[in-house]
Amino acid sequence: MSRLDVDARPPGAVDVMLKRAGRFTGPDFDPSEDISSVLRAVRVLVVGAGGLGCELLKGLAMSGFGNVDVIDMDTIDVSNLNRQFLFRSEDVGKSKAETAARRTRERVPTCEVTAHHGRIEDKEDGWYRQFDIIALGLDSLEARAYINSVCCGFLEYDEDGNVDPTTIKPLVDGGTEGFKGHARVIVPGMTPCFHCTMWLFPPQTTFPLCTLAETPRSAAHCIEYAKLIQWPAERHGETFDPDVVEHMTWVYKKALKRAETFGIEGVTYSHTQGVTKNIIPAIPSTNAIIAAACVIETLKIATMCAKGMNNYIMYVGTDGVYSHTVEYERDPMCVMCSPGIAHSVSAYATLRDFMSSIVAAHPDSLSEPSVSYRGKNLYLRGVLEDQFVDNLTARMVDLMGGRTEGLVVVNDKKMKKTSMRVRVSLSG
Amino acid sequence: MIKLFSVKEKQEKAAMEREANGGHASRQSSGEVRVAKDISELALPRSMSIAFPNGRDDLLNFIITVKPDEGYYRGGMFEFSFAVPTMYPHEPPKVRCERKVYHPNIDLEGNVCLNILREDWKPVLSISSVVFGLSLLFSEPNPDDPLNKDAAEDLARTPKNFELNVRRAMQGGYVGQHRFSQCLR
Ligand SMILES: [Zn+2]
Repeated sequence: MSRLDVDARPPGAVDVMLKRAGRFTGPDFDPSEDISSVLRAVRVLVVGAGGLGCELLKGLAMSGFGNVDVIDMDTIDVSNLNRQFLFRSEDVGKSKAETAARRTRERVPTCEVTAHHGRIEDKEDGWYRQFDIIALGLDSLEARAYINSVCCGFLEYDEDGNVDPTTIKPLVDGGTEGFKGHARVIVPGMTPCFHCTMWLFPPQTTFPLCTLAETPRSAAHCIEYAKLIQWPAERHGETFDPDVVEHMTWVYKKALKRAETFGIEGVTYSHTQGVTKNIIPAIPSTNAIIAAACVIETLKIATMCAKGMNNYIMYVGTDGVYSHTVEYERDPMCVMCSPGIAHSVSAYATLRDFMSSIVAAHPDSLSEPSVSYRGKNLYLRGVLEDQFVDNLTARMVDLMGGRTEGLVVVNDKKMKKTSMRVRVSLSG
Repeated sequence: MIKLFSVKEKQEKAAMEREANGGHASRQSSGEVRVAKDISELALPRSMSIAFPNGRDDLLNFIITVKPDEGYYRGGMFEFSFAVPTMYPHEPPKVRCERKVYHPNIDLEGNVCLNILREDWKPVLSISSVVFGLSLLFSEPNPDDPLNKDAAEDLARTPKNFELNVRRAMQGGYVGQHRFSQCLR
């Protein structure tokens, strides 16, 4: 493999961008500053070392980033090799994160890449604080929502509802599906977070169970039936794992048999994979385009060499090339990132005192509030109410673990679809 | 947009202080926030009850018991387990009947054919909507959407015979080759 000596190369486009002032630079951009040393110091976490992740690592390393971490729980499959270009056939079965990190280091020795083979949920929230920017190359909504909730959990707001900038962890997110893709910049507390725009993600298409059971009409119906009904019925207690070949083959064979019974064509092994994993074939060029956009945005956030993208770009490559940038808006009531409403009560206030005082302050929205703090319910009306009455006479300061400031979530029947976030301060 | 490096040092210092002050920010998934709202607003009819096997701090897993007082299933008692995903309400709760019941819309594995649990789920729906759907399953079993084909045909062709079979099943007896769970109160 040939080595690319980054330090010896002639000044490239990145250097030109970083060393010149211009009309489009971000606030306080200082081209005279030694920005390449800044790029070496800034710590970027790449989440996912798959199709997008490989592209992100390459792009970041080649742009001069020198301190990158990558996390992924997967191992390399032979079907990854066509697009996940940091992997070779001899790597099949090895950790994606570790292999991607090693290959990136080999090619770009100025970039230190640290691998973390494991699940994102297994890292403590505090672990994510050490990074300056988090770049996401994921294919699951759930994983994105998880990282989003971690980063939104860092946010702190002052009395006026202004976010404390030291608590912001910027996210750059890429996503691809076949010929379509998106890239977005999330500055939690300033621009919309994932949860603000959850409606952007269409729900998974599902078929009625009774159709699957009685009147299947398509290959997908047969595959879903095999996975949803036949698997749990015949393989008690075993969890279907789409990455285990034997599991996939089992579902494929069952689906094929069922399709024959109903005279349906089109059940193939790869179609079975597609339906059960809900995947659309990955297109390498889409990954490259989307990852490039993400790398540029990461570079902009790190150096301010240009204003950041505001805040979402979609790309469609099905017929020619179409792209469009949209400025999505924050949901002012977002349960993840909104500043909430300030409310202060006495340092000696009990939960009951707090509830009557918050109801008095917002009589139009509240009458019988339920309250939770940091994921723990302090008071819940309705069917479980008798289990929480003890808390009514407890002091807020004790319920909040000795803290005198914090964000509580208040629910009430009077508020139809939303929850109210309240920044409580216990004073005096 | 923030200027990253003017805040970086401050950020590290602040983070260290926070960690020293008793640990991490803790999160609530959007599913947990929403299910807490749903549960606090859930109004159950007399014929239903709810239990939280893991206690009040785990609202994501619970059991709804339906005790119909009229219709084919009167006198019976049917438990449904609910597992609420972290992506709730973007995704529907997973619901399963924990008893083996002779019912046109519930199969022998406990899968339930209720449109709002799958193809018609929308984030504006709630646990209340699902609970209402479950009660409807017992007051108006629907032979047109069969998940247990034998039971559906039985109900459509010979309602009297269906009623007898439901009774036999609820007593823990056999209908055809299958033995059902004792579900009588
Ligand atoms: Zn938000």
